[in-house]
Amino acid sequence: MRVPVVIVGAGPAGLAMSHHLVTAGIDHVVLERGDLAHSWRTERWDSLRLLTPSWMNALPGHGYRGGDPHGFMTAQETVAFLEAYRRRFEPPVLTGVTVAAVRRTADGFAVIADAGTWQCDVVVAATGASSEPRVPALRAELPTRIDQLTALDYRRPAQLDPDGEILVVGASASGVQIASELQRSGRAVTIAVGEHVRLPRSYRERDVYWWLDAIGQLDERYDEVDDIDRARRHASVQLVGTNEHSDLDLNALGAQGVRCVGRLVGISGRTAQCSGALASLVANADLKQARLLHRIDEFVTSNGLEGEVGPPRPAQPTVVPAPPTSLDLAAFSTVVWATGYRPTYPWLDAAAFDHRHRVVHDGGVARMPGLYVLGLPFMRRRRSNLIAGFGRDAGDLAAHVRAYLGDVARTRAGARIGVVSRVEWPSEQAVARAANDVLDRT
Amino acid sequence: MTQTDAPTVDNGVNIDALRGARQALTDAPAAAQFQWRARCEWVRGTNSRTTITDFSGLGQEHAHRQAYCIEADHPEVFASDDNGATPPEIVLAALASCLTAGVATVATHRGVQLRSVKATVEAGMDLQGILGIDGDVRNGFDAIKVTYDIDADASRDDIAAIVAQSQKRSAVFDIVTNPTLVQVELA
Ligand SMILES: Cc1cc2nc3c(=O)[nH]c(=O)nc-3n(C[C@H](O)[C@H](O)[C@H](O)COP(=O)(O)OP(=O)(O)OC[C@H]3O[C@@H](n4cnc5c(N)ncnc54)[C@H](O)[C@@H]3O)c2cc1C
Repeated sequence: MRVPVVIVGAGPAGLAMSHHLVTAGIDHVVLERGDLAHSWRTERWDSLRLLTPSWMNALPGHGYRGGDPHGFMTAQETVAFLEAYRRRFEPPVLTGVTVAAVRRTADGFAVIADAGTWQCDVVVAATGASSEPRVPALRAELPTRIDQLTALDYRRPAQLDPDGEILVVGASASGVQIASELQRSGRAVTIAVGEHVRLPRSYRERDVYWWLDAIGQLDERYDEVDDIDRARRHASVQLVGTNEHSDLDLNALGAQGVRCVGRLVGISGRTAQCSGALASLVANADLKQARLLHRIDEFVTSNGLEGEVGPPRPAQPTVVPAPPTSLDLAAFSTVVWATGYRPTYPWLDAAAFDHRHRVVHDGGVARMPGLYVLGLPFMRRRRSNLIAGFGRDAGDLAAHVRAYLGDVARTRAGARIGVVSRVEWPSEQAVARAANDVLDRT
Repeated sequence: MTQTDAPTVDNGVNIDALRGARQALTDAPAAAQFQWRARCEWVRGTNSRTTITDFSGLGQEHAHRQAYCIEADHPEVFASDDNGATPPEIVLAALASCLTAGVATVATHRGVQLRSVKATVEAGMDLQGILGIDGDVRNGFDAIKVTYDIDADASRDDIAAIVAQSQKRSAVFDIVTNPTLVQVELA
């Protein structure tokens, strides 16, 4: 089968890409191993709600239509939202098709799947930024008696060994949510806290994501920040989406009775060693939060919004009791690794990767001509790994794909053998116009 | 907080060279492998002298401009001659120096002129540990407290952020807060 573009993965990113290709009149197919939004059906814990408020989770041409735009969708509601998108636009998705390999050929790519092989000029890898959990090597040193699971395996408290204490490793969004839920279920929970990002759920009577959007933080571009590698490694924010719009930082966990310790750094026999640097990381997170709130205050002042939003409120400093630097593991039955996720592309041609097995790309355009990635943290903008970021990134990439396909066609017509000439980016203004045209944010 | 434009401040830190080094070592990770060395010789009693002359890195051997000596001993209350600071005090010195170097570097990177930077380091120790009186008491410090007194062209928050960042990038801070595999053997 021959088609100009194959998109691998029908999550929100792949669907957004498909939408832009349709708009650009580019023929394509979306291959999905499971059903649409597979990760939201199979890889989320039961109680999970989105962190981002519903009004924000817009895909190109499709915004939230429900009754609670300031609420937070459950995983099932997210699936339903994406199902509605499919019904509305009928993207060319083939479900139940697992891509096993993508190889460079003399004439583009061969996409080899269980259901057949597709020849194409362009492959868009939209298989998600959280294909697998990132777990530190010291997991191998835990006593075998202790059950281990990751945030991708965790579903509900009842799934765990009913006896013993629980150690949750990692205090980003997943870790704080899981620790909080387990403690509420009556378990004794300790959370090992490394570098983390703290933000209040709302500030001055607006959701924190409303502010991040308003002040332009989510639109910061990858080629404008100081150190993009570091920015891409940033952990997710300590937040939870609940009906109460409550905070879920270390203070909130402490009030619940969760014990905080420093980053898990070693295991020696039945003793877990924790970093003594917790106070430093906590102070750092408080400083960063204060800086962001200050930026919001300045934005309010310079835009004369004082009448519309609430008064400023200084954040409470984080208070954690002096933590032990070692834990006797004898008391613990389960360790939950909430130490982050990473993308994997086991099917992709080895030439696409660097020595650390990351796809080499510039803003989603891979070094390997014709290959594109989508949905990665800070790929083109700070919002790049959010549902609310896929539309713009996909718009940018679709413009690039169109130019690239034009080049390929010209090369073929001229029967010229050689390297496709460099594709120029559309101007920022053109991209912004295109994005505005298709973004439906009602 | 990303003032990386040409800084007009002078804290005696060559920030351009550091940025260049960071780029170079990103491109050539093998060159980033350094080895630090110290040679210690017993003098008499609890007195020893450590000499530091050379190290390796950037793919080659390097010598310090001159050999540096650190004298260590125990105080007279321990019936020693007090010919130098105690080894735990030298650890405190190393921590403070490392953090302070970081403060100067980060401040320069952020365009902040420093006028004075003073650190006081305090650390408690229960001697029942090293004397083997109580097996539940550890040998080392029970905690370390570093207090900075900094005079600089910046707000208190910005100064606090500089101090915080210096901890994030400090080798000795990492060494004292995280476990390190240590092997001691006979030559
Ligand atoms: C716990 C968690 C909470 C999150 N919360 C939010 C939030 O609140 N708000 C927000 O905006 N974002 C959130 N995200 C981030 C992100 O928006 C979602 O993960 C989103 O689903 C990513 O979309 P995607 O299309 O890039 O990847 P996915 O939704 O993961 O879709 C990738 C698709 O590729 C398919 N696939 C994988 N391999 C193959 C193959 N070999 N062949 C065929 N198909 C394949 C998968 O089955 C899957 O359907 C969250 C992420 C996680 C992990």
